[in-house]
Amino acid sequence: MKNLIFLIPLLPFLGFLINGLGRNFLSKALVSIVGCGTVLASFIISLLLFINKDYSAQPIYYFDFINIEGLRIPFAFQVDQLSGLFLLIITGVGFLIHVYSTSYMHEELRAHFARYFAYLNLFVFSMLLLVMGANFVIMFIGWEGVGLCSYLLIGYWFKNVDFTKAAKKAFVMNRIGDLGFLLAVFWIIQQFGTVSYYELFNAETGKVAILSAQNSTAIVGITLLLFLGATGKSAQIPLYTWLPDAMAGPTPVSALIHAATMVTAGIYMIARSNVLFNLAPLTMGIIAVVGAATALLAATIAIRQNDIKKVLAYSTVSQLGYMFLALGTGAYVAAVFHVMTHAFFKALLFLGSGSVIHAVSGQQDIRLMGGLRKKLPVTYFTFLIGCIAIAGIPPLSGFFSKDAILLNVFVNDKFLWVIGLITAALTAFYMFRLLFITFNGTFRGTEEQRVHIHESPAAMTLPLIVLAVLSIIGGFIGVPELFMEGGEWLTGFLAPVVPVVKLHVEHATEYLLIALTTGVAVIAILLAFFRYKKYRPEQPSGFARVLENKWYVDELYNSIFVQPLNKLGVAANRYFERSGIDALVNGVGRLVHYGGRQMRWLQSGQVGNYILLMVISMFLFFLWQFFIRK
Amino acid sequence: MALFVIGIVGVLTRRNAIIIFMCIELMLNAVNLLLVAFSKMNNLANAANNPSAGSDGQLFVFFIMVVAAAEVAVGLSIIVMLYRNTHSVDVNFLNRLKH
Repeated sequence: MKNLIFLIPLLPFLGFLINGLGRNFLSKALVSIVGCGTVLASFIISLLLFINKDYSAQPIYYFDFINIEGLRIPFAFQVDQLSGLFLLIITGVGFLIHVYSTSYMHEELRAHFARYFAYLNLFVFSMLLLVMGANFVIMFIGWEGVGLCSYLLIGYWFKNVDFTKAAKKAFVMNRIGDLGFLLAVFWIIQQFGTVSYYELFNAETGKVAILSAQNSTAIVGITLLLFLGATGKSAQIPLYTWLPDAMAGPTPVSALIHAATMVTAGIYMIARSNVLFNLAPLTMGIIAVVGAATALLAATIAIRQNDIKKVLAYSTVSQLGYMFLALGTGAYVAAVFHVMTHAFFKALLFLGSGSVIHAVSGQQDIRLMGGLRKKLPVTYFTFLIGCIAIAGIPPLSGFFSKDAILLNVFVNDKFLWVIGLITAALTAFYMFRLLFITFNGTFRGTEEQRVHIHESPAAMTLPLIVLAVLSIIGGFIGVPELFMEGGEWLTGFLAPVVPVVKLHVEHATEYLLIALTTGVAVIAILLAFFRYKKYRPEQPSGFARVLENKWYVDELYNSIFVQPLNKLGVAANRYFERSGIDALVNGVGRLVHYGGRQMRWLQSGQVGNYILLMVISMFLFFLWQFFIRK
Repeated sequence: MALFVIGIVGVLTRRNAIIIFMCIELMLNAVNLLLVAFSKMNNLANAANNPSAGSDGQLFVFFIMVVAAAEVAVGLSIIVMLYRNTHSVDVNFLNRLKH
């Protein structure tokens, strides 16, 4: 099996090449087959790896990527349990979303359809590179690749200026994080002389693993920079504002990139470097606080959003905050667990919203929906499952992962746990608000849309059903010990990468926590039910308006960073560019021009003039020779 | 030197190609004359015991005169061509070359 590993990323890349180069003459059916088939093949290989347990921390070497004095960075893959799990998520969920896309994007022109699938395959390739790379540099290649694909796909409908602006925003925000990551990689090279995970982290000879000093400057610096990279990619405070705007892209893209896979790259990276982060409790504290703050902030914003995709986007930011909260408290397994379950139910919710948007002819405002339950039974039912899963109602997947996170947080920090609990309640509330407003009541859109409403074709509903099933059963790989002896299968599975930490919690406490989390979620759902059972148009006032405007964070960033930078740019343009560099360059030209005009009379064509000049200059030359030079 | 200056002034002031040409010859010969004279002057000290000292200049001058003869032939033929083309020997017509 090992010798097939290189095919996992290579196949989507081939798909990208075929679809990208053949976009003008391949038929849509062929493009769909290539696009989905390559990802499916990767998924099958990943699955075979999983079944055969062909996982090892030893990197699989292919060739030297960089080889200079004192630093050797091989192009190598490392497929261990952690990356194996991510491979399954990426290729599995990725495949479903590809299938969904074939139907969702069907109305696009042929060349654009192929372009879409080419980008999507390139994204899968980059993401696989990111998780399979055996060192930070290969990860960085994938890291940049997914950023690029995210940019390309957000701006897929490039004729809409707002969409391209959103794409640009996502790219720039990501770049800020990427810079942190890059600096961290340089620092790691400077500090340890290698970037290979195996050489850094393995328990016997790892250069980081054998360190014992905690909170040394270098470790804290490296981890903080890595975390900065993660905040960019995974949309955490302060770099989260790009993700809601990224909803400009096609809905399957939001599902694949901005919910299931790319945004979890930061979590993967931190879980991957858990050895490093364990040495920096300071950074861990910051991560936990940032994660909790993001979770709460995004959840509050999500309550008052009216765009179906924006709600889901803020929900994603909030859930990512949850994962970082888990990472910050050292619960790496819980974070990865939540990545997985979140990939299932958030992809499900996004695809469901795509199905809704598809049905109501591109409308995204939930205030103009309603009453879709009867018309879209499959979408409604799967969406409902997604909502229950994300709200954390047992025994759906979201419950188990959320419970694992909250338990860990409770043990570490009571205050952050309270924030987590509030966020859980808010999550349940806004998701069911979305559900009720969208599917209950009567339809509030135009007559034309009402007539047009139809359930999506099978290519769209099948992925929904599969994801719904996964959302239901996905949690059973991490059942708490409390309910089932040896239930925490995931912890054992990831043990080679993430050392097991035993929590000592009274069973009674654990029961209480579970009851509490479930309780608040149920209460929140009931609240949402009574409030939004019947849709009433609401005029936001006071605090609600602040929430609807996303705490004015975009405006704040705009006035703190964007405007001054713009002013700086304008000033630089005026003073350096125009009167400095331009003046210099133009000045040279003008000087030559002017000089040429002045010299022109010398070239009169009159032989006499030439000779006169010659004589005069010779005369002067002689004078100089004889009298002055001495 | 006087001859040379006459040559220069002639070249500068006249527009008749033949006169200019003659003035150039004048300058050339002025230089020849100077060459012979300076050559002798330079070797005055040796002149007493070696009457032929300092006659290198004269040798050079012979060469120059041979070359000058060829040059005159070329120059005159240019002037002839000039006359054939412009029906004049005025050098200022030559500035039409630039158009």
